[in-house]
Amino acid sequence: MGAAPDAQPAQTRGAIRIEDVVKIYEPDGAAVMAVDHCSLEIEAGEICMIVGPSGCGKTTLLNAIAGFHDITSGRITLDGDVLCSTGRPKAEPGPDRVVVFQNGALFPWKTNLQNVAFGPVMQGKLTVREAREKALGMMADAGLAGVENNYPGEISSGMRRRVEIVRALMNDPKVLLLDEPYRALDSLTKSVMHEALLEIYYKNKVTIFFITHDLEEAIFLGHKVAIMTTRPCKPKKVLEVNIPHPRDYGVLTSKRFRELIEETSEAVHEEAIKAFQTGEKEG
Amino acid sequence: MLYRLSLWLRSPRPFLMLVGFTLFLGFWYLAVEVWKLPRFREMPGLTTVLKEWTNPDPAYGLSIYTKDYYSHMWTSVWRVTQAFLLATALGVPLGLLLGWSKKLKDFVFPVFEMLRPIPTLAWVPIAIVMFVGTEPAVIFLTFLSSFFATALNTMLGVESIDESYVRAANCLGASKRQVFIHVIVPGALPFIFTGLQISIGVAWFSLVAAEMVSGQFGLGYVINNSYTQVAYPTIVIGMITLGAVGYATSALVRMAGNLLMQWRIRELAMGEQ
Repeated sequence: MGAAPDAQPAQTRGAIRIEDVVKIYEPDGAAVMAVDHCSLEIEAGEICMIVGPSGCGKTTLLNAIAGFHDITSGRITLDGDVLCSTGRPKAEPGPDRVVVFQNGALFPWKTNLQNVAFGPVMQGKLTVREAREKALGMMADAGLAGVENNYPGEISSGMRRRVEIVRALMNDPKVLLLDEPYRALDSLTKSVMHEALLEIYYKNKVTIFFITHDLEEAIFLGHKVAIMTTRPCKPKKVLEVNIPHPRDYGVLTSKRFRELIEETSEAVHEEAIKAFQTGEKEG
Repeated sequence: MLYRLSLWLRSPRPFLMLVGFTLFLGFWYLAVEVWKLPRFREMPGLTTVLKEWTNPDPAYGLSIYTKDYYSHMWTSVWRVTQAFLLATALGVPLGLLLGWSKKLKDFVFPVFEMLRPIPTLAWVPIAIVMFVGTEPAVIFLTFLSSFFATALNTMLGVESIDESYVRAANCLGASKRQVFIHVIVPGALPFIFTGLQISIGVAWFSLVAAEMVSGQFGLGYVINNSYTQVAYPTIVIGMITLGAVGYATSALVRMAGNLLMQWRIRELAMGEQ
């Protein structure tokens, strides 16, 4: 146990390469560059944290990987397969890359169990009965026993996030894409969610692409932290977090953690000021 | 259901409802029969109406003891039911498609929006020319505004669905058809039922207009006919009956909605605590 890469679970799938990606929007005829020649390598089974001020264009990157939006040029590959490139600018969304949404997207009209069982049933991989059984097992593992037959609207927002992550993991994805999932939670719930996420991660080997604007969250969770510039978005500084996994909340008070925060907070602060001055909207 | 009813009975709401009715009826009684206010003096009073309504041998031929009373009521209920069901059967699918397909909306919606503001009464001549006999014409007139209300609300319901739900379903491997069934339809359901509430209301509204113009039966006909025959208490009997039956049909639609949307009821119940 030394540098972070040694402590990673051995893993052969879920490597993402972002190569020279550019995204230009033209909302009112005038071109706006959201992502500027961005390159980033995420190793299989790694937790990669993307840190940047709100509205810096990091969600654009996530949307390109997920297949919600096209890119203007460049290339993104997953385990060597091209997801999108200049010639085929939009990836197809699919169960190998499941998104956990900023405001949560559990279907409020389905029970938690029906939500979790949704993916494999839609794909025709499992029958409804098989999917229910698997979902019950996975929910119990994630500490969600007892809320299976409740609707998402009846449980706490922290619980909802956990259900949504389990719903994603039901599909055995290569990558989990998390878009500021804990943004709306209070800091106490957040700390509980961080440990729960790590626990889930240690059990299910999956690459995690995690967007946040919270530097402490990023360093606490990530193997790798990419600090992004504000619009246009590209990595300003990529940091390998050499704190061994498994981690717990003791890490937050460790000397190494404090050093890493000091090393990076200036870069983050600079970008936050830039974002503030250009008056980017939240989003 | 019974639990909800007992909760309701223990809350102050039934009491407030009773107070509301008492105030309304009290004012009617006092204004017409005691104070004899100008403009109210000529109206049928509360006691006159009640006496006529419960008279086994009514002066103007219509009370709860006469067969005609129920056959008029039934005629109206049956017409509204047919028109409402037809409007729902056509309006919900059309609304879903309009919300789902941008292209379809682009060429259907402008026509739809032009026809929608035309009042039912303006359709009467066309309806009479178009249909043989009064029955289909009356149902057509009743159907029209219901249909527009249902289709429009359903469309808005589809458009109100958070994009994240569709994206989540895509991520989880749902096909276009599956997204429609599992996301679009249930997601639009709250708006659909708002539409149906409006729809049943405007159905009664249009029905009475249609019956007043071209009917031979029904509560609208009763009101109009009593007017020409100067049977003022019977007008009020017709009005009150309309109000009560309309209220009951709205309640039925609301109950159907609650049955289909348990998740919303439970969510709201959480919010109250």
